[in-house]
Amino acid sequence: MIRTKSIGGSLWVWAVWLLVAFFIVNLLALIATVVVNSFSTRWFTTWLPVGFTTKWYVSAWEEFQLPEVLTATFEVVGAVVLISGLLGVPAAYAMARRDFPGKRFVMLLFLLPMLVPPITFGIPLATVLYKVGAAGSIWGVILANLVPTVPFVILVMIPFIQQIDPRVESAARVFGANTLQLFTHVLVPLLTPGILAALLLVLVRTIAMFELTFLTAGADSQTLVVALYYAVFAAGVRAGQSVDAMAVVYMVTTLAWLLLALRFVNPTQIVTRAKR
Amino acid sequence: MSWQASLARRGIDGVTLLAAPAVLFILLLFIYPFLYGLVLSFAPKVGGMFANYQRFFADPFLYDTVGKTLRIAVPVTLLNIAISVPVALRVRLLHQPRLLTTILVIPITLGTVLVAEGMLNYFGPRGWFNRVLIEIGLADNPIKLIHNYWGVFLSLVITGFPFTFLLTLSYVTGIDPALEQAGAMLGARGWQRFREILMPLLLPGLVITFCLSFVQAFSVFPSAVLLGAPAGDTRVISVAAYTAAFEEYDAPMASAIAMIMAAVQVLIVAALLGAQSMLYRGPAGGGKG
Repeated sequence: MIRTKSIGGSLWVWAVWLLVAFFIVNLLALIATVVVNSFSTRWFTTWLPVGFTTKWYVSAWEEFQLPEVLTATFEVVGAVVLISGLLGVPAAYAMARRDFPGKRFVMLLFLLPMLVPPITFGIPLATVLYKVGAAGSIWGVILANLVPTVPFVILVMIPFIQQIDPRVESAARVFGANTLQLFTHVLVPLLTPGILAALLLVLVRTIAMFELTFLTAGADSQTLVVALYYAVFAAGVRAGQSVDAMAVVYMVTTLAWLLLALRFVNPTQIVTRAKR
Repeated sequence: MSWQASLARRGIDGVTLLAAPAVLFILLLFIYPFLYGLVLSFAPKVGGMFANYQRFFADPFLYDTVGKTLRIAVPVTLLNIAISVPVALRVRLLHQPRLLTTILVIPITLGTVLVAEGMLNYFGPRGWFNRVLIEIGLADNPIKLIHNYWGVFLSLVITGFPFTFLLTLSYVTGIDPALEQAGAMLGARGWQRFREILMPLLLPGLVITFCLSFVQAFSVFPSAVLLGAPAGDTRVISVAAYTAAFEEYDAPMASAIAMIMAAVQVLIVAALLGAQSMLYRGPAGGGKG
């Protein structure tokens, strides 16, 4: 390792760390204001609220129909996690183990939905889903959310599968296992850490996926993040604390799963998907 | 030889077919809607084939959105990269970067809507940020940081910087430290090592990082509505597309705007990747021999 000795060098190092600290302090303070405000009775011209209360959680629970919204959120997220696993893991296996003509094209096909921003493909997608009558229902939301998550599972799983020694599979084949048995008895047990990581990341991403849900959701298929958007958008109609109480519910839901996910994955995986 | 065996020789057998459902799914729900949108954009509600596009490029309220979006997305992406590189170069020297990366992943996970709600509190005229500025004498009156250009800009820094940083970090850690040590041994100072060794190796990765971050910033939507001035400075292209689709119920026009949005992104990414192919693309590892 190279240590900087000059004064200019160490000043530079300090400047970089100060910048990081500045960013983190502001970020945490930003989150803290939401939490503090959600518990405040009144908060206008002082550093901290006049008093604290939990009544906003009760009112948010009713005003924003949180039971329905939470149910819809978990239905969507559960279905998306399950289906993207069922579609993604076998496809990842094929991509990891076989070389076939057009493989590069198929790979590009899987990369595109992750690279193109959701709002760009979401508008034509929503148009099609409305045309076939799926949009507005919970299935429309699930289908739209699956578009980026299926490729995500595939790209995360490919390196995990490549790490498995193909001779293990050959041995299973020699003993007469068919592809389904190979999956249920050999691959899935060996791949459990990878599948868990991929699906937890899908879960976290789906809870926070705003655009696709927003474009396809109807009144009874709103997820938490979309309901939060409408609450913030219509700020002024309801007390700010109530909106913030809902924001805290959303935050707790997301961060709880993130904490769980981080036990199995490296934080950088949330961004850098898979090794290319 | 049976046709099955001959297919298997080319790599197509039962296992290959496992990819078929996923491929079919993407074709149906990604490629088909895109093509459908493309065709639909040439079937406007009124006028000839190109009426939607003509309307877009004739109406300043519509074509200005491209410029407005670029004026937000390009500076934000450049700033995020400019901060990410020095920070990533320091962070790679840490033994335990995990706490830092975990904190930085929080805004990405929470998403733009929650960050927008937090910013409305925090950067508002009575928020803690302005309070501190006034308290330490940096400002006399609260600075307007929300409901304008800077609101959107800041939100894209808060959610975009961690994204850019984590991508940059993955490229930075891919460079063999031995290369820099060799440079130091030959007497290169810090700045020289950065300019002569690290930067050339990092540049191709930074181009990819720029493309991915730019595309995200260019499609900014919720924060442009919640934190910006969606009728003025921050009427970005996604707002125009959304308005056409869900307020004017003009699906062909909305599709046309989405296609223009995609085209601008593709043009900029293609131009950058084209330029990137002229850069050094060798191994960033030290290897013997």
